[in-house]
Amino acid sequence: MAELTTIESTVPATASRPTASTRALRHPGVVAGGFVILAVVLIGLLAPWLGTIDPTAINPAARNRLPGMEISMRTDTGERVRMVARFGTDSLGRDIYSRVVYGARVSLLIGIAVAVISIVAGLFVGLLAGFFRWLDAVLMRIMDGLMAIPAILLAIAMVSLFRAGVLAVIAAIAVPEIPRVVRLVRSIVLGVREEPYVEAAVTLGTPTAKLLWRHVLPNTIAPLIVQGTFTCASAILVEAILSFLGIGVPPEVPTWGNIMAEGRQVFSIYPHNIIYPGVMLAATILAVNVLGDGLRDTLDPKMAKRV
Amino acid sequence: MSAPVLEISDLTVAIHGGGDRAHAVQGIDLVVGANEIVCVVGESGSGKSVTAQAVMGLLPKGSLSVKSGSIRLQGTELGHKSQAELRAIRGRQMAMVFQEPMTALNPVERVGKQIAESLEIHTTLDAGGRRERVLEIMRAVHLPDPEQMIDAYPHQLSGGQRQRIMIATALVLDPALLIADEPTTALDVTTQAQILSLIREMQARKKTGVLFITHDFGVVSEIADRVVVMQFGRVVEQGAREEVLRRPKETYTRMLMAAVPSMIPPKRAPATGAVTLETTNLHKTYGKRGFWQPRARVVNAVNDVTLEVRRGETLGIVGESGSGKSTVARCIARLVDPSSGRIAIEGRDIALLSETQMRPLRRGVQMVFQDPYRSLNPRRTVAEAIIEGPMNFGVSREAALKRARQLMATVHLSPDALERYPHQFSGGQRQRICIARALAMEPYLLIGDEPVSALDVSVQAQVLKLLDEVRRQFDLAVLFITHDLRVAAQVCDRLAVMQKGVIVEQGATADVFANPKHAYTRALFEAAPGRHQEFGRDD
Repeated sequence: MAELTTIESTVPATASRPTASTRALRHPGVVAGGFVILAVVLIGLLAPWLGTIDPTAINPAARNRLPGMEISMRTDTGERVRMVARFGTDSLGRDIYSRVVYGARVSLLIGIAVAVISIVAGLFVGLLAGFFRWLDAVLMRIMDGLMAIPAILLAIAMVSLFRAGVLAVIAAIAVPEIPRVVRLVRSIVLGVREEPYVEAAVTLGTPTAKLLWRHVLPNTIAPLIVQGTFTCASAILVEAILSFLGIGVPPEVPTWGNIMAEGRQVFSIYPHNIIYPGVMLAATILAVNVLGDGLRDTLDPKMAKRV
Repeated sequence: MSAPVLEISDLTVAIHGGGDRAHAVQGIDLVVGANEIVCVVGESGSGKSVTAQAVMGLLPKGSLSVKSGSIRLQGTELGHKSQAELRAIRGRQMAMVFQEPMTALNPVERVGKQIAESLEIHTTLDAGGRRERVLEIMRAVHLPDPEQMIDAYPHQLSGGQRQRIMIATALVLDPALLIADEPTTALDVTTQAQILSLIREMQARKKTGVLFITHDFGVVSEIADRVVVMQFGRVVEQGAREEVLRRPKETYTRMLMAAVPSMIPPKRAPATGAVTLETTNLHKTYGKRGFWQPRARVVNAVNDVTLEVRRGETLGIVGESGSGKSTVARCIARLVDPSSGRIAIEGRDIALLSETQMRPLRRGVQMVFQDPYRSLNPRRTVAEAIIEGPMNFGVSREAALKRARQLMATVHLSPDALERYPHQFSGGQRQRICIARALAMEPYLLIGDEPVSALDVSVQAQVLKLLDEVRRQFDLAVLFITHDLRVAAQVCDRLAVMQKGVIVEQGATADVFANPKHAYTRALFEAAPGRHQEFGRDD
């Protein structure tokens, strides 16, 4: 019995295992994707200093110039400058290089805004639906209803109701994304709710709001970061599609989708109208998806097995 | 004795990729003869399951591998056989039965087909011949109505029947060696008794050698011919059953057996404290017949339960799975809402209070859960876990932390553990932390829902001792839910035996053990493995 009365009071030393965030920063996908996205963000932020001119400036004399040709353009201050149109000009004589660079702003803004809005709203609704049984059925039927509306139809409706603009496009893309986030959060909450540590917190008299914040919400963060990157990528793509169809951001605002839409009619003769914005769009979306995959592998290994 | 069926000599299994030791199993020697059951006993991490996996050639690739030594099956060395050669041997010459019959069986295939699978692979029998053999083995393992059951799916069978199917699957080709890895651990005690006697019977039928892995000395005393005790990957002691169980030579074996609670309850004076908990006609039903579901199934999980617990007293609720014992506990802690009845805590009825009304009263009733690995939030330190409750009731952070340090001493942990995270502690230490978290609330009533079931026997003894200490020190009323009669005999002043939601018998522990009145109670005691054995004592 001697062994039983001496009680282990020492705490075993744990092997220093790299934390999830350290592992994420070492993942090649996260590094490569993150690098490309950082570059696109910088391009968007530094657009005025990257040798661009006003992306809306029109020069009817220099329409449909091929990449590398010299054109003369009027700057904001009204003076005329001669410059090389790196990516050529479109059928209104606008500099495509400047339009692509400025277009990064709108695309990223829409991608990030949609991800943030859908995650914040979805997290809130998902926590409620997962934790309160009596709310679950009502909320989830509403979400099923939202999911039935295609983003494109909703965009057409919103543009015809309000003025076409960035906000309307963000709302139109974000709304159908919310139910996806709600379902993800709800399924996590349903599992966590049964954990004994959550039940222990109930018996400790922890108020429900605190209980959700402390014990339930942290479990949703890693999957939501992953979900957020995928939402961001698809939002950028949907924005381009909407603009291409002419129901998105107004045509004078340069976005990658708008540039491609403008170039559609002359595509066979002047393919540079579509190639440059198309390459930027593809590279950005690839980068966001690679980043998302890397984050999923490192932050949320369980989900990596599921998908 | 004829030539051994299995002969393991100097086997070492290496662990790759770190961990606290380099070898899962180190230099073990073990022999299983024909017509012999050898029990390997040990606590978690002793290497007993790894030994079984090494024999079957089922060591997880990448993390474990045989480093040296030999494994001979009926004289043939298995060590350097390829996976293809091992496949030909597995099933035919050796077979395995696993712990959890639900996950070991394929849920989407009929059980008859699963039994027939090894016949299909290893024999030339046609479909009719295979069906004959399957029916024959199903009759041999005493499955009722094999003609019907052969087409059943696993979820349609009970746990005991599934384990019979597993045994039939393993034995359909009459292998020389059967490896059983904790085959009865997931089963109720009465089912366990039936499966143990079935393994005995099947082993005698074809003189099979059985390597039986278990952590339970009760099971050992029921089934073993010889016993091998393992600790930290080494064999500590081996010998004939009576030798090891009655006259253990090694200190570790003696310690292990001393930690097994005795089936004989000690004399206890009846508690005289004030009544803390009183339930009257408590009901909990699941499912409701309504307009939309006129034929919905209604389950009476708790049916008319009336009990009381006094200050300083431990009331045990014993019963098998599905008996409703945990539901009673969860109703009292108001984690589930009772359907009807009265639950009085210190005289105040809480049965039908809303969550908001209940919250200020939660302080008085605290709970310790079964699974130590899930009862602490992995993202919060021990200190945060312990002070959460008191701070909900307006205690300042400093005062709560000061109290937490005192409580760490009470549960025999060092105060610097407060800054650490739960994953840095063993199961037993976590259970102590959970007890400290409950005590921080200064409750009247402490509910333990199988608080030691997930722990090794030596750790279990320490946690039980701690629970007894805090009960005395804080004059607690304790409601102790368990399926283990040995544990119940040692910690409970009074016992309530539950079956199918009903308390069938209630009384002082010593009286219930000495003179069980209800047929079900008698059946439970009969089924308890090793009930006549007092371990480590020569009686």
